Amino acid sequence: MTNARSRHLVSGAMIGLTYLAAALATLPLLFILFHLLVKGASSISLAFFTHMPRPVGEPGGGMANAIVGTLILIGIASAIGLPIGIGAGLHLAEKKTTPLAHTARFLADVLNGLPSIVMGIFAWEVLVRPIGHFSALAGGVALGAMMIPLVTRTTEEMLLVVPTSLREAALALGYPKWRTSISVVLRTALAGIVTGALVAVARIAGETAPLLFTALGNQFWSTSFREPIAALPLQIFTYATNAYDELHRLAWAGALVLISIVLVISLAARFVTRSRFGAPVD
Amino acid sequence: MLQSTEVFRAKPPLPPRLVTPVVQVRASEPSASQDEARPCIVASHLSAFFGQTAAVKDVSISIPQNAVTAIIGPSGCGKSTLLRCFNRMHETVPHARVEGSVEILGSPIYGDDTSPIAVRRHVGMVFQRPTPFPTMSIRANVAAGLRVDSKSHAMRGTTSEIVEEALQRAGLWAEVKDQLDESAMALSGGQQQRLCIARALATRPRVILLDEPTASLDPLSSQKVEELVYELRKTVTVVIVTHNMQQAARVSDGTAFLLMGELIEFASTRELFTAPKDPRTESYITGRFG
Repeated sequence: MTNARSRHLVSGAMIGLTYLAAALATLPLLFILFHLLVKGASSISLAFFTHMPRPVGEPGGGMANAIVGTLILIGIASAIGLPIGIGAGLHLAEKKTTPLAHTARFLADVLNGLPSIVMGIFAWEVLVRPIGHFSALAGGVALGAMMIPLVTRTTEEMLLVVPTSLREAALALGYPKWRTSISVVLRTALAGIVTGALVAVARIAGETAPLLFTALGNQFWSTSFREPIAALPLQIFTYATNAYDELHRLAWAGALVLISIVLVISLAARFVTRSRFGAPVD
Repeated sequence: MLQSTEVFRAKPPLPPRLVTPVVQVRASEPSASQDEARPCIVASHLSAFFGQTAAVKDVSISIPQNAVTAIIGPSGCGKSTLLRCFNRMHETVPHARVEGSVEILGSPIYGDDTSPIAVRRHVGMVFQRPTPFPTMSIRANVAAGLRVDSKSHAMRGTTSEIVEEALQRAGLWAEVKDQLDESAMALSGGQQQRLCIARALATRPRVILLDEPTASLDPLSSQKVEELVYELRKTVTVVIVTHNMQQAARVSDGTAFLLMGELIEFASTRELFTAPKDPRTESYITGRFG
């Protein structure tokens, strides 16, 4: 009897602890969201999205250039990171044991742990110094290089979850190997791969360090790949380290917009994961 | 423990009213046509390896056309590996290799100029667990084999005709005809397995290989698959690997007994179960090991 009672007590205590841990895990995000809404929501208006920054002292002004700049940077990074990452992931999943696969897997893990500022130095060395000036392209490449290992590993994991029996079923139907990989394995894992890709996009959308000496930031309107470009994280950094309260408020608003972009991308990821038939992959 | 003569008397694990006469007749009257049947699959000195380990050792067997041949034997005896040599699926496993030769309807399938893809289009296979493609509808699942074989497709009419015909042959049409565009994952395990049989039949293979097709099914679904196997032998050659000796006795015309990768005995099903020639066969079917 005592034995059963003590087991019930321990069980209850452990369950309580997991509740506590789960609640604590959600706390930081809720806290950040609450804080951003309090500090930033009042500065958000239509003008924030459509107007350019104004000089200090002049009321109003927005971050239109930084919002568009961030979207352009995400676009360049995705164009580089997604095809390379997904292709590499496919290789790792299909040719698990080749020397190239082992090397690529190891390097992807190392790259995943690399401080993002190092990625910025890499892009500066490769694209800024030889060309002679900062550019949107250099920023996009730095962010894209960050995406590659993330996308590679999630793609590989999603493909490995596809049961071997499905591969075999396709091969036994007379599917060539490449066709099995694409129409059955990749297709079955697609929802997971898209989720992984969107999570990677969300991850790099807020990166600041790789942009510091690549995209640099820009007070003016620019959509050129060859010119320095404004980005939300850079603008937030610049405004937040400034002395004026007015700019601080704009920085909070910028942070709110940035986190909203990331939230929307994450929600899109959740939506895509629901497969066409709503049936889980076995 | 089963005595050899009891195998045929052993009731399937079902209420009697569910047992169709077909299966009962089969159990007591082995096919008379077996002697005159032409060989469909001829393997000679076939060995299959995983790395250095031989899973199938020097098997020579001649499997008759338009009949059901069962392969029985204890776990790990190489039944499935032997089956997978007949459509060149064995070589898809890393470090696996095959020695010896296999001819299907007179063509060597391990010839230098024979592609495994062409072989697999003519030899259908169904696995132990149902493997419907989860992202495809029921219709797309059945048509999956046609998509990669445009030649056979063009010759045989529209996709929907072929899909209906294949589902009819697999005995699934009546159950799914109103939900062809829904997910195949919504079907029961037994229906999924018959869907896989329909998918294999849609490309009109001459041979169909069944690797323990009822191992993951409940008795009722198993019986449906067994009845289907019995029907299929009128038009295709069926090779079925099974753990279940009663099943082998019920559905097959000929039975091969494998032990440790070697073919011990191959005879008509009635002969193998009532008067086995090899003492090891007798030990196995009377339940002394395995």
